[in-house]
Amino acid sequence: MIAKLKTTLGSLGEWINRGKVPYILSITGLVLSTVWVYFSPRSLPAFLFFLAMAGMIYYFKIKPVAKLILGLVVALIVVPIIGARNIFYLEVLFQIGVFAALALGLNIVVGFTGLLNLGYVAFYAVGAYLWAFFGSKQIFLLHEIPGTAPQGTPFLLPGDMFYLFIMLGIIVAAVTGLLLGLPVLRVRGDYLAIVTLGFGEVIRQLANNLDKPLNFTNGPQGITPIQKPTLPGGVMDAFNVILTPIVGQPVTEGQFYNILFYFIALLVAALVIFVTLRLDDSKIGRAWTAIREDEMAAVAMGIPAVKLKLAAFAVGASFAGAMGVVMAASRTFVSPESFTFMQSIGVLTMVILGGIGSIPGVVLGAAVVVVLNLQVLQEVSLYLSQLRQSDSVIPIINFAWKNLSNQLDPAKYQRLLFGLILILMMIYRPAGLIPAARRKRELKAAAVPDADNGTQEAADE
Amino acid sequence: MSNVLLETKKVVKRFGGLVAVNKMDVVIEQGSICSIIGPNGAGKTTFFNTLTGIYKPEEGEIVFDGHHTIGLRPDQITDLHIARTFQNIRLFGSMTVLENIMVGMHTRLKQSGVDALLRTRKFREEEKKAFAKATELMEYVGLHGVGDELARNLPYGGQRRIEVARALASQPKLLLLDEPTAGMNPNETEDAIRLFRRVRDDLGITILLIEHDMRVVMGISERITVMDYGEKIAEGLPAEIRANKRVIEAYLGRGAATEIIA
Repeated sequence: MIAKLKTTLGSLGEWINRGKVPYILSITGLVLSTVWVYFSPRSLPAFLFFLAMAGMIYYFKIKPVAKLILGLVVALIVVPIIGARNIFYLEVLFQIGVFAALALGLNIVVGFTGLLNLGYVAFYAVGAYLWAFFGSKQIFLLHEIPGTAPQGTPFLLPGDMFYLFIMLGIIVAAVTGLLLGLPVLRVRGDYLAIVTLGFGEVIRQLANNLDKPLNFTNGPQGITPIQKPTLPGGVMDAFNVILTPIVGQPVTEGQFYNILFYFIALLVAALVIFVTLRLDDSKIGRAWTAIREDEMAAVAMGIPAVKLKLAAFAVGASFAGAMGVVMAASRTFVSPESFTFMQSIGVLTMVILGGIGSIPGVVLGAAVVVVLNLQVLQEVSLYLSQLRQSDSVIPIINFAWKNLSNQLDPAKYQRLLFGLILILMMIYRPAGLIPAARRKRELKAAAVPDADNGTQEAADE
Repeated sequence: MSNVLLETKKVVKRFGGLVAVNKMDVVIEQGSICSIIGPNGAGKTTFFNTLTGIYKPEEGEIVFDGHHTIGLRPDQITDLHIARTFQNIRLFGSMTVLENIMVGMHTRLKQSGVDALLRTRKFREEEKKAFAKATELMEYVGLHGVGDELARNLPYGGQRRIEVARALASQPKLLLLDEPTAGMNPNETEDAIRLFRRVRDDLGITILLIEHDMRVVMGISERITVMDYGEKIAEGLPAEIRANKRVIEAYLGRGAATEIIA
């Protein structure tokens, strides 16, 4: 029965990718989903359908150029338009971008090199606090008690320094990664996990407590306001002139910032994907994987393990550092709360759920977790809360939703559902949504018909 | 002697109170095939590990090709053109066969991270060459068309061959083989011996091997060193070793030795 289903699905998959079919399917799918989202901008199914279709571009067997064009059209034209109709979608996509970059960074450390890092979010914090400190008024408040900023304190730097600080965030986080790595990489396996966990906490506590003797971080209250980059002059007006008729109403400045930050996150995430892909397919990537597979053999093959592990730490950290800066600017607020252990675990979840070591998998993992958390599970608990206020009863046991005690409030089941999804995934798909695959190099192998004979001869000689 | 490739002088390696390798003196000549034999636990693999830098000996001196290697890291020693295989196969199981071999080239590839990011011409040419070389090595050790297979999916004999190919990929002058024919059937062992001879004859690579299978040892070695309890108890030509009383004692016990000699 299941086997039959599998073959049916398999032949369906083949049909989907035959000849012109994928072109027709992907374009119609995208057009249909765009139209649906456009006309019902509050509909979750519409948005999910749209995300699925956008993701399917990756799967369809179409020319890479066509993929690129479709992807660019979706990312650069379609998303801003539907985002302007429902700004929340841009927030979702922004977070997908941010967490995809984080997950890819962690994937280099955990997935490629096999070093379990449970304090990864610390590097994100380093980036965020870097811009939070220099992009706010904090430097003039070093001697003030938190929360007592005098009126009229100027900002230290102009907001456009933000772009420079993305670069600086990369460098500072990478250096932090090296500094952490040097003492920490002596320990292995479980011990490494514990030490990195400790490091994550150290950074968070530093942020929490560095409000005295000099007030660097404003303590638990966090730093705010943090500057955003200035809007590129005229772009918003141009956007409004061209797109108001399509969008229906002009976007405000605040909304346009959402569009801007969506683009920044998209750009950084794209860069991160690019860097990851290229490093993975080089002697560095091979050495990382070799270390993960068998460190002693890797060392015996001439791989300087310490150096390469440090490189993995630094590269992974740098992605988080860049996104930390972006996050600080987009939120205009940074506090230690955002960098808890649970955040590190959250990013790790994306890596494992998506497929440890798999670049498309990790990106998909980030997208799925963000959409689940921000949208699907919210929607589910909203639905359950509504049930609770209605007169309906739980079927079979005939118990009125209304009479459910507060402790069993179904709205609290979000995390439970998320946990269940994780458990089911780990049981039925332990390698992740898109399992990691090795690159096929030997292009001619299939074309050599006597490959088997060759082995035979060699064995017989 | 100018054609000495490797010389160890009074190498001592202790683990706590246990002296695993005791004052080992070995001289390996360029282009030879030598063996180290000895009962289980005699310290052969530990000695290999001191040669490759995995263990740092407490005393003694190791000179390879004019370099003092004690204190160097394993990757630096590989860089000096020593390569090894492992007693229990240690391939990178979830990498492909070709990737495994390309990992062996690590020290010989000059590309940097920046080259990889920018896909410079140097990078692309080097990768292309590395790929071609890896394919060539794979075929040299007698495997065909399995380049994209995951290493762990290959049969045992194939995995042994990849280990040799991976070691050869680092362009060694000295190849250390740790029980290379363990677990092989007689046919496979024959093939392996032929392969090692070819490696020495075609590529001019000096081979030092640890082996238990006496057919292999006697069939291939030009010189044999015998270890027992961490010490060298004999060395010489195969024929000399075969007749050596101490060697027979070490393997079979004192009583048996007197019987055989008498």
